[in-house]
Amino acid sequence: MDFFFEVLIGGLLSGVMYSLVAIGFVLIYKASGVFNFAQGALVLFAALTFVSLVERGVAFWLAFGITMAAMLLLALGVERLVLRPLANRSHITLFMATLGLAYIIEGAAQALWGAQVHGLELGIEDVPLEVGGLFVSQFDLFAAGTAATLVLVLSLLFNKTRIGLSLRAVADDTLAAQAVGIRLPRVWTAVWAVAGLVALITGLLWGARLGVQFSLSLVVLKALPVLIIGGFSSVGGAIAGGLIVGASEKLAEIYVGPLVDGGIENWFPYILATLFLLVRPAGLFGERAIERV
Amino acid sequence: MSNRNIFRKSLLAALVFGGVSSGAHAAGEQYFPLQSYRIGPYAAGGTGFFGGFIDYLQYVNANGGVNGVKLTWSECETEYVVEKGVECYERLKKGLNGAPAAATNPLSVGIAYATLDRSTADKLPLITINHGRTDSTDGSVFPYAFPLQLNPYSEVSAIVNYIGQQVGGLDKLSGRKIVTLYHGSPYGKETSEVLQKLADKYKFELTLLEVPHPGNEQQSQWLNIRKIKPDYVILRGWGVMNPVALKTAQKVGFPVDRIIGNIWSNSEEDAAPAGAAAKGFVSITTHPSGTAFPVLQGIRKDVVDAGKGNLADPKRFGTVYYNLGVVNGILNVEAVRIAQAKFGNKPLSGEQVRWGFENLRLDDKRLKELGALGLVQPLRLSCADHEGGGAVRFQQWDGQQWKLISEWVQADRGFLRPIIEASAQKYAKEKGISPRDCAKES
Repeated sequence: MDFFFEVLIGGLLSGVMYSLVAIGFVLIYKASGVFNFAQGALVLFAALTFVSLVERGVAFWLAFGITMAAMLLLALGVERLVLRPLANRSHITLFMATLGLAYIIEGAAQALWGAQVHGLELGIEDVPLEVGGLFVSQFDLFAAGTAATLVLVLSLLFNKTRIGLSLRAVADDTLAAQAVGIRLPRVWTAVWAVAGLVALITGLLWGARLGVQFSLSLVVLKALPVLIIGGFSSVGGAIAGGLIVGASEKLAEIYVGPLVDGGIENWFPYILATLFLLVRPAGLFGERAIERV
Repeated sequence: MSNRNIFRKSLLAALVFGGVSSGAHAAGEQYFPLQSYRIGPYAAGGTGFFGGFIDYLQYVNANGGVNGVKLTWSECETEYVVEKGVECYERLKKGLNGAPAAATNPLSVGIAYATLDRSTADKLPLITINHGRTDSTDGSVFPYAFPLQLNPYSEVSAIVNYIGQQVGGLDKLSGRKIVTLYHGSPYGKETSEVLQKLADKYKFELTLLEVPHPGNEQQSQWLNIRKIKPDYVILRGWGVMNPVALKTAQKVGFPVDRIIGNIWSNSEEDAAPAGAAAKGFVSITTHPSGTAFPVLQGIRKDVVDAGKGNLADPKRFGTVYYNLGVVNGILNVEAVRIAQAKFGNKPLSGEQVRWGFENLRLDDKRLKELGALGLVQPLRLSCADHEGGGAVRFQQWDGQQWKLISEWVQADRGFLRPIIEASAQKYAKEKGISPRDCAKES
């Protein structure tokens, strides 16, 4: 039974890491109703910029600040060059724009900083910690704490600040929001900058685990089932979805995997997500779209 | 112009001119078509390998070429994508401005599989150094494919032999537990069958655990490993799977010095990102890292110091991937040189260079002349044997770099040969190929 709980806890903590990626998607979706395909590229760009600065002797927090400034510039650029010309276009047009953006950002990151793999140490030991006879990863506990803090901060941002309320208004109805004086460019820049911050934090945590390399941009594949299960428009849903995906894929790999020759944890979450789509298309916490017909 | 600028301009050229970039070239030269990958998920391996390969070709040119024949090359970006690799093959196979193509070297199992039949039809050698189809070792069925130095079966056989040495003899393997953690791809699965045959022979308990591509989550596999309590774990990884395996092993408390990485888990890029978790990690190599070998010193003097080095990051000079590229360059150039002895000192066709590969003989004396003694293992290829070596050395990561910890450990080629021949014969039957009679080849 101990083994079962170890797998379960390990899975839940892995799920928190998936949630971190998913939160970045939720932010953009909330502001524009668009699935931002470039979120993985943002994670790669942020982590690669940070680690390249640190390797050049820049102090940790200064590198963090410079990277954040770079993400802000990127947000301004995206808003000015991509989103503004496409304002009020269909969601599929914006989605395709983010698809192209992903390739541009990935290519730019490698052209700027090189294709080399970088190690990243955050100073958190990843040795097992024994809790009640079960081994738990210290690093995963730190990641869970970071995710909890992030959710708290983002909740305050959305619910208690003027920009948060503007953001929600834009998400509900872009045209109506503009009609009451909300400045769309400012909201989009703000939300892309916050998504950049989330990408940086995600990139640091995933980079410490994987090494900072191109594969960071592929972690978004783990976020898709998380979003389908948790809902595209809820930060809390991203956390819940991440926990469900993390725990279920690990348990499935251990207990179902041997029956089908193993290696199922990549596709199992997608099966689960498909089942959710059938019974709850908006996900656990997503907003149901109600349209007048 | 700095190396980074060279890289950026190459990238720009690749974008503008449809993915092809090249250096100076003319008829009268020997051409190497390079299906390289400098962007995308495996760019770290691609830039190191092709950087070493190109620098060796430059080094040969700086010293007069191959019997006066200068070498030329051009690159086509594959991003490690099979379709692009095939497109690049078709684009480059006819040579460059009259310079005939010698051989292709895609450094990709997928691209190699996809261009295998084309290579035979076009009579252009397909070099898969340290990888590729194991049964392509049998040159009677695969006349144009060369898994030089080490095929996948030899690789695992040598690892089992090494584990046998560590436990006091192969007879002591009986009752031991070995887990193989493999990449969920045809490459990862290539050795499953032969590992089971080795387990049956030496009576050790084998568990095969698959890690789905790309391998950035391995919690459940390593919890399983902790439950199994194996004596050794063979890591058959690729890319990001390797550092994640080492980190996750640490997370579940599995000793890192009991993990043995295969030939694609043996670079600095595999160990360094895992930080302290990688210290003590053991892996195989056919081409030790380091810059002390005379050939590396020559490249530094004639190419790198002259500002012509191909690496964007000069710190990667002498690393595992770079040195593999240099070794690959040595073997390709030696094949051309040997073929020239038969066909004349002039640019040769792919068919003629194939003869050179098939008659490749590298003993310690020749390796010393090349400045590569200890960097390349002695090789002796033939019509029947397109691998030629089958030996590996073991190295251990000290936290900063690899240190050699063994002499050459030979695979049990006598045990493997019948398995390879049976597989090759099966392939020949499926494809309607009439195997060559190697006794009649010269």
